[in-house]
Amino acid sequence: MTATSPALELRGITKRFGDLVANDGVDFDVRGGEVHALLGENGAGKTTVMRIAYGLTQADAGEVLVHGQRIDLRSPRDAIAAGIGMVTQHFALVAPMTVAENLALGRATGLRLDLDDARRRVADAADRFGMRVDPAARVENLSVGQQQRVEILKALSRDCRVLILDEPTAVLVPGEVDALFATLRSLVADGLAVVFISHKLAEVRAISDRVSVLRRGRLVATVDGDTNERELASMMVGRPSFGVERPSDAGPELREPVLRISDLHAAGSHGLEALASVTLDVGAGEIVGVAGVSGNGQTELVDVLSGMRAPSSGSIVVGDTDLTGADPTRMMAAGIGRIPEDRHASLVGDLSVAYNLVLERLDDFRAGGRIDGRRIREHAVALIERFDIRAGPDDPVASLSGGNIQKVLLARVLSRDPRVVVVSQPTRGLDIGATEYVRSQLLERRAAGAAILLVSEDLDELLALADRLVVLYEGRIVGEMPTTGVDVDRLGMLMAGRGEAA
Amino acid sequence: MRRITVRSTPVLVILAVLLTFLITAGPIILAGANPIAAYAAYLVVPLTSQFTLLEVLVSATPILLTGAAVAIAFRAGYWNIGAEGQLLLGAIAAAGIGTMVGDLPPVLALPVMVVGGALAGAAWALVPALLRVRFGIDEVVTTLLLNPVALLLVNGLLHGPWRDPETGFPESARIAASAEFPTLIERSRLHIGFLIAIAVIGVAWYVLVRTPTGLRLRAAGLSPHGARFAGINVSRTLLGAALMSGAIAGLAGVGEVAGIQNRLTSGISPGYGYTGIVVATLGTLTMPGVALAGLFLGDLTVGASSAARSLGIPSQLGAVVQGVLLLTTIALLTQRRYRARAAAPPAAPPAAEVASG
Ligand SMILES: Nc1ncnc2c1ncn2[C@@H]1O[C@H](COP(=O)(O)OP(=O)(O)OP(=O)(O)O)[C@@H](O)[C@H]1O
Ligand SMILES: [Mg+2]
Repeated sequence: MTATSPALELRGITKRFGDLVANDGVDFDVRGGEVHALLGENGAGKTTVMRIAYGLTQADAGEVLVHGQRIDLRSPRDAIAAGIGMVTQHFALVAPMTVAENLALGRATGLRLDLDDARRRVADAADRFGMRVDPAARVENLSVGQQQRVEILKALSRDCRVLILDEPTAVLVPGEVDALFATLRSLVADGLAVVFISHKLAEVRAISDRVSVLRRGRLVATVDGDTNERELASMMVGRPSFGVERPSDAGPELREPVLRISDLHAAGSHGLEALASVTLDVGAGEIVGVAGVSGNGQTELVDVLSGMRAPSSGSIVVGDTDLTGADPTRMMAAGIGRIPEDRHASLVGDLSVAYNLVLERLDDFRAGGRIDGRRIREHAVALIERFDIRAGPDDPVASLSGGNIQKVLLARVLSRDPRVVVVSQPTRGLDIGATEYVRSQLLERRAAGAAILLVSEDLDELLALADRLVVLYEGRIVGEMPTTGVDVDRLGMLMAGRGEAA
Repeated sequence: MRRITVRSTPVLVILAVLLTFLITAGPIILAGANPIAAYAAYLVVPLTSQFTLLEVLVSATPILLTGAAVAIAFRAGYWNIGAEGQLLLGAIAAAGIGTMVGDLPPVLALPVMVVGGALAGAAWALVPALLRVRFGIDEVVTTLLLNPVALLLVNGLLHGPWRDPETGFPESARIAASAEFPTLIERSRLHIGFLIAIAVIGVAWYVLVRTPTGLRLRAAGLSPHGARFAGINVSRTLLGAALMSGAIAGLAGVGEVAGIQNRLTSGISPGYGYTGIVVATLGTLTMPGVALAGLFLGDLTVGASSAARSLGIPSQLGAVVQGVLLLTTIALLTQRRYRARAAAPPAAPPAAEVASG
């Protein structure tokens, strides 16, 4: 392999956003037939450097080489022409169109859409790489995992030789991750070069031939794919990491229920019943984990508790307050802190970090009839410091890295000392340090007597944090169990809808 | 992203202006004039005498108001295309009230008429706003469709009950002297409506930028979902913005009746409501921008009519320049938005963005 040049090589990439150096002389290369992982904390510059390689962002300095040839990347079109494909975390698919139409759009040069060609490519990909999708299916009806497959197909159908995947597994459930990895392995066997960005060290080790670590914009090391997790973690954060776990104290035996949900029914986005007879109490100082494969009512449950979706029947009570059908304002007034899984939609991207941090309670930040700009700023500076948000108070939230956007929402909620926390996928997309921090914050809220409902697809997270688990399947609670000494097989069966058969 | 927005917005607008000159040079040459001379006549000549300078302010008055009206609604994400109709309702109210308040001193007559006109404009804006908030019916269509209805109302009144009894012309009776807007400068047409416009813009700026209400309104416009999630009552915010917008547009109608015509005529507005959309867009939906754009278009309007006389080119070319200007501005600003979106992680899933436009 030594004689051939890398499929993609970045040399001395530097990128500044104002005073912030997002990339500082980054050297990176990936060869055909290998998976090269890119690791780093939130805001380390992973997305930025790959956006540069894909022509979405222009570097201030440095060069990009494809098979040893310097190329000029002014837009993704140039990158695509050079055989580079990228799947970003937010997919760029046209939702109401079919898979075949989306693929054809991606290749369309003139006005004609070559649907036959698109269908052929879908069939071909299914044969060669085991990626199955229905070319006639509408994208909006596909699961996230399937949409991602369509994005990968789109890149492949443009004959890319380098495939960049930005946190592809953050949106996938465990089974889908395995399928993605199987696909990647066969693509790599076919000679493709893959860049894989992730925060999950176990995944990185499982799939990568080499690993590069970015810290605060600089490349700190490129190491072998089987380097152990401890070492990788300490390269990322500059110190060894410690797992955060719920203290094994069982807590008071009889917890006073704070959040009481009874016989809750709610319709989903398509009008079908998404929640059916959900009855659930969460006690003070208790974390109740909601396990389940995504799409089984978790989103609707969180929406209802956030005040964003009206239940069709049933009741929600916090303390003595009946909150059935309450709007977000009343939910917040009752002390519910809400962290849904879609952070982008829960914030106002074009407003600054400082404004977003106070948007829920502007009336606390006024001086007479005016908004008190100085106090809003001080508040923001304090939270930025406390939650280690890598951004300035005046930056629009939309310009932040994925993990930092998340921290903004977490800071907004947790800084208000909520007595009930409803949180979905709290650490998705967060780096190890931030994950530890968020988990310790949730445990701190628990110690302070808050009732916490934790929705997560990450079983390890549920097992580490929750006192008790409930399993949601097709909108119903199909099982409940304490976390201590949990029978993982039984949990898996419940999640798969196999009832109490096991 | 913010950097891009702040720094290059004025640059883009200026670019749009230059581009407009380039594009409209063709028609001007076809009309037999030298484009350079025409632009000088459009933009510079009106500023060279006191009379025309004051006329610029007179022409700017209604479009400063409709521009502010449109900008406020657009900032909230409420696409009010109905400023024209709301202006006409304000004019009807002013003409009606103006003829009835003859016994009152101006200190009472004027406020009654101004408030009445604002309420009439707001009332005309109410139904589309309710339809949008309650049933999700697209306000672009409803507000637009109500404009010709308002004009029919004006003409119905002028050809029916309000026809001038003395002349028999389709014009309403002259309003009472105490209801006429005082002029600001002797022997000019510049009336206190101009001061009202400036005050409205100042207050609107303060509210938008400095108050919680303004921040809520902006948040609702930028991300309705995110705003609702943060406890902002987006429906109420939209309703409030729509009514405010209607009221301000109504004031423009009051100014034309009480300050210029002193009666209701069917030609009371040559499309000031639509020009307001141009002003708001050109002013990038900010109040200082609206002020500048309103004055600029006022200049252009006065210039176009004098150029028609001095250079013998059709005065409609002024409207052509305005139309082209709207298109170039929108084109450049939209393109900027796409760039900004491409340069930063999108705030909304791109799938939805692509799907919606
Ligand atoms: N368009 C932009 N304008 C201003 N700052 C930006 C822009 N894009 C990225 N940044 C900043 O550059 C830094 C690097 O961001 P980047 O998205 O590359 O991080 P990342 O390593 O992908 O993080 P994460 O793991 O959270 O996704 C961050 O501090 C981010 O706020
Ligand atoms: Mg990233």
